[in-house]
Amino acid sequence: MGTQAPTPIVTLDAVTKRFPGIIANDKVDLEIRAGEVHVLLGENGAGKSTLIGMLSGLQQPDDGRILIDGVATSIRSPSHALSLGIGTVFQHNMLVPTLTVGENLALGGRWWQRPKLAEIAERVAAVAGPLGIKINLDARVSELSLGEQQQVEIVRALLRDSRLLILDEATSMLTPHGVTELGALMRRLVERGFAVVFITHKLSEAADFGDRVSVLKLGRKVGEITPERLRAIDRDALVAEIVGMMFGRQAGEEAVSIPPRADNDERLLEVSGLEIAPSGDTPGLHGISFDIGHGEILGVAGIDGNGQKQLAEALAGQRATAGGRIRLGQQALDGLTVGARRKHGLRYLTDDRLGEGTVGAFPVSINFFLKQIGEPPFWRSGIERSGEIVARGGDLVRQYDVRTPSLATPIGRLSGGNIQKVLIARELADGARAVIFNKPTYGLDLANSLATRQRIRDIASEGMAVLLISTDLEELLSMCHRIAVISEGRLVGIVDNTPGAGERVGRLMIGLAA
Amino acid sequence: MTGLFSDTFLAALLFGAVTAAIPLLLAGLGEQMSEKAGVLNIGIEGMMIAGAYVGFVCAFYSGSLWVGFLAGAAGGMVVAALMSLLCVRLGLNQIVIGIALTLGLEGLTALLYHFQFSRSYPRLPAAETLAVPLLSDIPLFGPALFRHHLIVYLAVAMVGVMAWLYRRTQFGLNLQAAGDKPAALDVAGIDVIRTRTVAVLFSGGMAGLGGAYLSNVGAGLFIPFITNGAGFLGIVLAMLARGRPIWVLIGAMIFGGCLSMTTAAQVAGVNVPIDVIQMLPFLAVMAMLVLFGRRASLPAALGIPYERGAR
Repeated sequence: MGTQAPTPIVTLDAVTKRFPGIIANDKVDLEIRAGEVHVLLGENGAGKSTLIGMLSGLQQPDDGRILIDGVATSIRSPSHALSLGIGTVFQHNMLVPTLTVGENLALGGRWWQRPKLAEIAERVAAVAGPLGIKINLDARVSELSLGEQQQVEIVRALLRDSRLLILDEATSMLTPHGVTELGALMRRLVERGFAVVFITHKLSEAADFGDRVSVLKLGRKVGEITPERLRAIDRDALVAEIVGMMFGRQAGEEAVSIPPRADNDERLLEVSGLEIAPSGDTPGLHGISFDIGHGEILGVAGIDGNGQKQLAEALAGQRATAGGRIRLGQQALDGLTVGARRKHGLRYLTDDRLGEGTVGAFPVSINFFLKQIGEPPFWRSGIERSGEIVARGGDLVRQYDVRTPSLATPIGRLSGGNIQKVLIARELADGARAVIFNKPTYGLDLANSLATRQRIRDIASEGMAVLLISTDLEELLSMCHRIAVISEGRLVGIVDNTPGAGERVGRLMIGLAA
Repeated sequence: MTGLFSDTFLAALLFGAVTAAIPLLLAGLGEQMSEKAGVLNIGIEGMMIAGAYVGFVCAFYSGSLWVGFLAGAAGGMVVAALMSLLCVRLGLNQIVIGIALTLGLEGLTALLYHFQFSRSYPRLPAAETLAVPLLSDIPLFGPALFRHHLIVYLAVAMVGVMAWLYRRTQFGLNLQAAGDKPAALDVAGIDVIRTRTVAVLFSGGMAGLGGAYLSNVGAGLFIPFITNGAGFLGIVLAMLARGRPIWVLIGAMIFGGCLSMTTAAQVAGVNVPIDVIQMLPFLAVMAMLVLFGRRASLPAALGIPYERGAR
């Protein structure tokens, strides 16, 4: 703890937050000080939004403490957060579209009063003028651009006497010019003594706007760059350091262990020229080609949302393709249904474990056999054979170490790690030859992540082909034979997992040449 | 078809239209506030019949219509309190709970009435009317529109009160935010649950008052199922009114006119089967829905329970 520095406005002390199936924040420590733009950098799912939810009173931490001015405080509600001086501008705007700007700013007054629009206009002029913000109070919110709406929200936070302004993914919907303007605005705010927390997944914005940068990864804080450090190094060194935190190895993680495989050229899963047209918010797939041998793990690295999910679903048969071929051994899979591909031995473990992979309200036992409903021996003549299901389900629970109170427990009540075990058990059953994993350890705690990774290594050792899609580079480095990098729906390179592969993949991921 | 368009017939028709419109107006105004705040109050029919029964019983024993009105409003509010507990605080499905409340209260009031009054069939004396000076002397319209019980004028005045509330007060803003973007209201520091609860209680009070008017003034007695869909018509009115109280009034008058027409046409001896005439108000509903249904703009969060920080 700094001895000369004043007490931080907000301190997070080992804050943990769990949701059904995942750990969103795992023992996060953070200090937020006046006069600083504190950047929280991390990919989707890193736990940034949950952290903000807790600071703004929308959610309560399960463990750990939040200190306001050095005093442990439980932030009970959004209004409580406001009264503590914490104002938040959410990623999805919090303005009522059918009301005018002035009316939105008036929300929160005493119910019997007339909205004090004239008084608000005066205060807005006083607050917004020096910051160079111009807003029209009579405009209906639905008629404003997203950038204008954001400025309204910033002004609203300042009207409430916020000392700390949290900007959640504030640049995600702005034009480049709007981003520059926002950066300048943040600078003016901290010069006036406010604290700003700026959440982003863009490395360049962190480097441009931050006084202090904290990097979050899979719910954990993996590094912090202090203002002193930040001033001492130039931008390139800073970017390199952040890349190291985001994609590099951390102490205390498990050792690299790439499963040995017999040298042979026999290819098991071959994909060539896979195409999917882009849609509104997905980049599609363009000329995806790769092959995986027996017992080989091919990793797919990339920033989330670059076509990973589309790739997995196209291979599994859940998504129509516009071109390309998929072969598994001697068998062409093109045009086959999900069920037929499964029968041929191609298995897919979705990242959406509760939404897509399982039926949360069904018991664990039925979830083992979801993809065999109606088939013998578990169903005969359309009648469920509960004896068979319980017997086989019990075997799987023991074999895969699923921690469940009973086979009849609805699977939605289990932790993410145990749901994942059920999925693995189901997908590996009966003749699996190639397995696609999409973010298999996303949202799992460390122990379950390690167990899942070991399970994947075992699968490869048994001679199956594994396609491992992950946004966690160190996970890929810890077990893959080769790592492909996906960006904007294209494979921009495939790197052999040899020493130094991490740096090469990291550079490919952020758009630099390997 | 003698005298179908005589002055007396038209005056009776108009008078009946106002009488029939008032319960619809009250229920519609109540429903409008509830919908504005994002709660689809399907239980309003049940609140109305609760008000009709409680209002009648209290008016009958106290001998005062005003006691009846107040009791009716209170009765509607008690049902609304149950609805807001289940649907607003606990976040249960508004449609299911609303239907359950309606069916339950229809049955309950019919049962209570059967035990208490099935041998006596009591009636209330005709309600005193208050003639508005000067206006009530206008030929034709005067007697039809300006010789009613005081509660009728108060109900119409509520239209103005509601418009003022929605457009000029902080509470009006809160209501609209609760219906259009509850999370925005929450982060502004206003309790969404409380705002919605107030709106539902108000809608229950208004529906109960409408029910009490129906039994105490409109009919002068209670019979099981007396509301006969008036609450549901109120829901239609609120949905078509696009959040504006004046349109609830206009719609209530149109439907009231149709309801009155069914009575008047029977009295006048129009040679059409009675069943066809009784269909008239509901045909009008369908016609209005076809004509204006597309215009209906409902709050974005209507029917969706609010849960803070849900994901």
